[in-house]
Amino acid sequence: MSQNFDVYIPVVLLMGFAIIIIIGALIVGRFIRPHHPTELKQTAYECGELPVGSAWSFFNVRFYVVGLIFIIFDVESALMFPVVTVFKELNSIGKGGIVLVEILIFLAVLVSGVAYCWRKGDLDWVKSFQNTVGNKIKK
Amino acid sequence: MNETIVTYLKQFEFVSRGYAGLSPHMATLVSVIIFGIFAFVIVNVCAIIGGLGTYAERKISADMQMRIGPNRVGPYGILQFLADGVKMIMKEDTVPRDCDRFLFFIAPFFCLVGVFATLAVLPFSNGFILTDLNIGVFYLLGVASMVGMGVFLGGYSSNSKWSMLGGMRGASQIISYEIPVTISILSIVLLTGSLSLRDMANAQTGFPTGWYIFHNPFTFIGFFIFFIGILAETNRAPFDLPEAESELVSGYNTEYSGMRFAFFALAEYVEVFVVCSLASVLFLGGFKVPFDIGGNTIIGQLLQVGTFFGKAFLLYYVVIWVRWTLPRLRVDQLMTVCWKYLTPIALFNLVGCAFWMYFFDGKSILTLLLQTGAAAAGGHH
Repeated sequence: MSQNFDVYIPVVLLMGFAIIIIIGALIVGRFIRPHHPTELKQTAYECGELPVGSAWSFFNVRFYVVGLIFIIFDVESALMFPVVTVFKELNSIGKGGIVLVEILIFLAVLVSGVAYCWRKGDLDWVKSFQNTVGNKIKK
Repeated sequence: MNETIVTYLKQFEFVSRGYAGLSPHMATLVSVIIFGIFAFVIVNVCAIIGGLGTYAERKISADMQMRIGPNRVGPYGILQFLADGVKMIMKEDTVPRDCDRFLFFIAPFFCLVGVFATLAVLPFSNGFILTDLNIGVFYLLGVASMVGMGVFLGGYSSNSKWSMLGGMRGASQIISYEIPVTISILSIVLLTGSLSLRDMANAQTGFPTGWYIFHNPFTFIGFFIFFIGILAETNRAPFDLPEAESELVSGYNTEYSGMRFAFFALAEYVEVFVVCSLASVLFLGGFKVPFDIGGNTIIGQLLQVGTFFGKAFLLYYVVIWVRWTLPRLRVDQLMTVCWKYLTPIALFNLVGCAFWMYFFDGKSILTLLLQTGAAAAGGHH
């Protein structure tokens, strides 16, 4: 039983090392680095200008739909990992066809979803110009 | 089968004899100490590789632009990264007044923890692998995506417009390119039938003829998709939009100074090494030595480690070379490349690999050609 958890010890150790390195370097640095904060030094850098407003404002992040597609694909790949892992074993005993069909059905659903998004223009960075002012003037 | 560096050491007489006399709790403690020593060595080696990566980057770029590059500190300036480290630690640690202090402080942790955790499953040789998890490559993808989170948090928490834009770009880019990378990996998992990175390397041979990149046409294309994908995942040029220095000052790490900035840089350079070695394990035979010279002895293992690092460094060189060859993409081009080209091709590759496995029983294209050649020659006689 303990053998099962033994293999994860290095993972914890490595993560611990990473945290120790950061904290250690910051603490060591505390004693040798200067500390003279001024008002201007602590403002956000905007190429020498005083910053106007906060950066936490609303702006069009554009990839909202891409984010949704990503989640679907990520879940899909998480579900695909076990399927493709057993494929070779099942193929060697002559049952690869079932897995193959399953992969195909799974991917077909996904591909049709992506094709729909593509057709709809959600994968374009610049959305279609049909309703913009400039286009109406051109017409 | 889960195997670790401890199980490898146990095959030597004196280690297993030492273990036999210990109580279960003491045995676990000794294992932790052994793990600790090897993890310490690997972390240090990889941190030095990351440091030398910054040196190599500057020196190679200097070569390509007919400059000299760093040449003052140590022979050929090779100790430049140590001087940089000392400089960084002595720099004032400025924190923007309006930032989200908590998120600002923990963002570098996400980057460095994510990168260092991936080192646990890298198979440096058949025996010298910290822990050969049976979910190896899946685990690696999982912890590596913590880096993306660190990039986004760093950009968001700074409350600077440059950082915000860089972080947003980083998030969109890293999640988008994860799809083609993952699907390319899936086709290799399909061929191996295992998620463990050591099994993947062991399924290949020491000669290029047995590498997965030359296994069939689909894996050949898959390698290039994977390589383009990892360039984007690690924010390397031509996909360095999150830190595009000519548009966004320094991108997501604009507001970071001193040691905090150094950790972002360290995480980035170590991650490049990790993904390069991942590419070599998945497609280029990893640690496999021709004829398996040395086998399981110490000399054999050292040869394997050398092969592993050699391949990884070669790919590292290509990554730097690409950076100084290609101009940066635009954001819309970046998204088009990922979603309209790489992802459909990667999906097609996966299906192609599955059919290849089904019809040709997992034989490589070379084996098939030799078989048909032999059959044709036999038919003549």
